[in-house]
Amino acid sequence: MFEYCVDPSVLEGLRWASCYLTTGKHFLFYWSFLTVLTLLAVTAPAALAFGFGGAMLARGPLPLSWLGKTYIMAVRGVPDIAFFLFFVIALDQGIEYLRHVVVCPGWEDPIRQGNDFIVCSDAKTPNNSAPQLYHDVYGFFLAVFTYAIVFGAFAANVLFGAMQAVPRAQIETAEAFGMSPRQAFWRITVPQMWVFALPGLSNLWMVLIKATPLLFLLGIEDIVYWARELGGTKQAKFTDYPHGDWRLWYFLFLLVFYLAFTKLSEAILNRVMARLTHGQGTLGGAV
Amino acid sequence: MKKLILTTAAAALVAGMAFAASHGNVVRMGTEGAYPPYNFINDAGEVDGFERELGDELCKRADLTCEWVTNEWDSIIPNLVSGNYDTIIAGMSITAERDEVIDFTQNYTQPDPSAYMAMSMDVDLKGGVIAAQTNTIQAGFISANGMTLVEYATPEETVAAVKSGEADAVLADRSFLAPIADGDADLMLLEKQELIGGGVGMGIRESDGELKEKFNAAIQSMKDDGTLNALIAKWEVGEQF
Repeated sequence: MFEYCVDPSVLEGLRWASCYLTTGKHFLFYWSFLTVLTLLAVTAPAALAFGFGGAMLARGPLPLSWLGKTYIMAVRGVPDIAFFLFFVIALDQGIEYLRHVVVCPGWEDPIRQGNDFIVCSDAKTPNNSAPQLYHDVYGFFLAVFTYAIVFGAFAANVLFGAMQAVPRAQIETAEAFGMSPRQAFWRITVPQMWVFALPGLSNLWMVLIKATPLLFLLGIEDIVYWARELGGTKQAKFTDYPHGDWRLWYFLFLLVFYLAFTKLSEAILNRVMARLTHGQGTLGGAV
Repeated sequence: MKKLILTTAAAALVAGMAFAASHGNVVRMGTEGAYPPYNFINDAGEVDGFERELGDELCKRADLTCEWVTNEWDSIIPNLVSGNYDTIIAGMSITAERDEVIDFTQNYTQPDPSAYMAMSMDVDLKGGVIAAQTNTIQAGFISANGMTLVEYATPEETVAAVKSGEADAVLADRSFLAPIADGDADLMLLEKQELIGGGVGMGIRESDGELKEKFNAAIQSMKDDGTLNALIAKWEVGEQF
């Protein structure tokens, strides 16, 4: 990066550090923070949407409620790591299979040959010759989708409980005013349920923040991967910046990052809570 | 709005197809990036090492365009058979067990003896705890020989386990351990070595015979003109051919 970085072995102190911290590898580390933050920013609303849909299904008429409840139960019951290892590969193969059927109708070889999963090269998603960026973006969206499904199931359970917690009398009053069930749901239940849902949802958000290292299982190089990679012992033969096992320092840095992020989230969630409870006939609302 | 999204999606799909048709096929090379000197991530953040140089040269000789991808060791075989990349070039020893799932090219390194590295020369291998990376020939060897195995996801962690005292010794390829023992006064290689595995080769899907033949021919030509030996000497990955 800087001109004096040509031969780092003769540098010392700050100058050495300024070179060390600006290697291409470190910039990948800094970028990965952005990846993680973007993932959180996209996943949180997506998971909330899945959760809302799941909760509405679970409250719906019979066949639908089975669907909603099965979703909630099945996903909550499967260990995250199994989900992230197998579901993603299955999802990826599912997408490629569908594209394969559309793109290569003349293909006669079987899709499954022994252990191998073979689709025609045009159906590869993204295509083999696509730039690495496409592969990264595709992997990112698989990750968002997977996180949304997993965390959506937990959110669905929280929202389902919150919807049930809105006092029955409120709904009855709405009906007495002549509102249809749909109107009562959107105008009475939904605005009031958030306050019941928020503690559960904020827990989920905290867990989601800390679940991002699972990203590496999906082939996305996240902050924990880079911290481990950069902190690992480096021999002079393989790098211009040899050092011992510095993982502790990198992980301490991550700890500070996560704590700061948690603190910030808490401050924001407290504000949201204050806003939602305002004017409600609850202890929180009376303050 | 819905229409707009649909049109955009359709446009993206069509563009993707057009893109695919206009470009020749790229071979994606999957590696771990955490096993120097075979493969590691250099200061610039790129894949580097013996296999990087070898792979680039093989692709040149086989007239292929290659792209490097990193993948965690644990899921490196599932992602190959699922088609996320086309080869594994990650210091993977050829074993009968792996050969049932994927195919290997001919070996491009000689069987590299595995070495033990410990904090002292008189460590008790039979009674002690031996560290190895998960799903490696060394991990299989340790458990098959009745020693106590403790597994780690990355090579780095196996070494750290010895330094922290969690394990008494680590068993890994000698060419991986030697530079570490050289650079650290506390660590030393034991004299006892184990001959396991049949050399390192590239892993390729069983249905991908054509690609395997291309790489086999390229490896053979590098063996014949001595360039492979030069690379092996440069990166110190065991005996020459």
